[in-house]
Amino acid sequence: MSVAIRVIPCLDVHDGRVVKGVNFLNLRDAGDPVELAAAYGAQGADELTFLDISASSQGRATTHDMVRRTAETVFIPLCVGGGVRGVDDVDVLLRTGADKVGINTGAINRPQAIDDITRRFGNQVLVLSLDARREAGQPSGYGVTTHGGRQSAGLDAIAWVKEAVDRGSGEILLNSMDADGTTGGFDLPMIEAVRAVVDVPVIASGGAGTVQHFVDAARAGADAVLAASVFHYGTLSIAEVKQGLAEAGFPVRMVTPA
Amino acid sequence: MTKPLVVVLDYGSGNLHSATRALVAAGADVTLTADADAALNADGLVVPGVGAFAACMDGLRAVGGPELIRSRLDDGRPVLGICVGHQVMFGHGVEHGLDTAGVGILPGVVERLRCERLPHMGWNTVEPPPSTTLFAGLAGERFYFVHSYAVRAADRLPNDARVTWADHDGDRFVAGVEVGALSSTQFHPEKSGQAGAALLRNWIATLG
Repeated sequence: MSVAIRVIPCLDVHDGRVVKGVNFLNLRDAGDPVELAAAYGAQGADELTFLDISASSQGRATTHDMVRRTAETVFIPLCVGGGVRGVDDVDVLLRTGADKVGINTGAINRPQAIDDITRRFGNQVLVLSLDARREAGQPSGYGVTTHGGRQSAGLDAIAWVKEAVDRGSGEILLNSMDADGTTGGFDLPMIEAVRAVVDVPVIASGGAGTVQHFVDAARAGADAVLAASVFHYGTLSIAEVKQGLAEAGFPVRMVTPA
Repeated sequence: MTKPLVVVLDYGSGNLHSATRALVAAGADVTLTADADAALNADGLVVPGVGAFAACMDGLRAVGGPELIRSRLDDGRPVLGICVGHQVMFGHGVEHGLDTAGVGILPGVVERLRCERLPHMGWNTVEPPPSTTLFAGLAGERFYFVHSYAVRAADRLPNDARVTWADHDGDRFVAGVEVGALSSTQFHPEKSGQAGAALLRNWIATLG
């Protein structure tokens, strides 16, 4: 397989502004998502993920404007998640310039939303995003959570991933709530468990701290690796991660700085 | 120097905003419209497309797209097809057992890739022919693909067709075609960063 392992920075946005500290560059205004997205694009990001954590419809509208401005200047794929419940939400996001849309709680509450969205827009637009953790009570040992990992959805993570792909999801964004924020490495057995049951691309998320962690995730079967803080805080650059993947024998897209 | 005028055909398919902005950034004067006169008279016509082959053909027919494309190509006026806009240039597409006629500029069938990992999503390398115009100066670059269907056999293409190949999981498919005034790519140049921008500049340089 010669398609490159994608390296994806994730930006949390609230009312059109990036939240969580970002200090990887000496930006005049580190909270401006468009400026950050452009900087990541120039660094060689293969894709960008925006997670919209706005609670109000006004906040969402502001985020849509941000997606639109980003799509005007950054010519790499953009995925936007947060608050997506059905066809109408996806339609708005695609029209504003998103290439892909992530669905999480909206699909847990109404799995049919996956069928509706992918029948209308194709499988490639829909990323099933799930926050999973080890849960002894679930048959696979992994359960799905909601509310930022605070509540169990009462779903087996592996069974949910299979169902979502059967319903049409074209990609899986697998976020480990156990590893998230620890910088102790991705949850490799969980990546392997998901990889074993689906053929669609799997994006590993949660726990990245070193270049080796990204290499391990790719070895476990991840097609793409996503991280936030290590990139935002400048602990690692996108180029360093790609260099590490390349040295480990994985195909990557090397970008010469403009 | 006047910028070449490019029409992006608006038939309700896909992220037209990005295609438009990328063409502007690459140096074209761009109009997004389904107006037949504008599409016929522009220096270049871009046919985008995402989603299902049949749905794209329905949308394209609703705006008289097949006639527009044929008319332009008969007159030697440049057309660029992207993703499903590339696929519809072929004879037909088969998705979920449904066989749909394409615009039929080139013989060939668009069919499901025969490999495990689908969709083919991400940045892949391509193998352009030495005579390529589109990929000039872009040896070794990667482009952004997102699709599960493609033209897998090109043996019936005209001899003067310049075919670019790509490989996913061991299955080879047509990643681009340059023949007469038609250029088309299975990948998304408008989403392929600097390499995609350079390819669009190469195409724009052939206009007018």
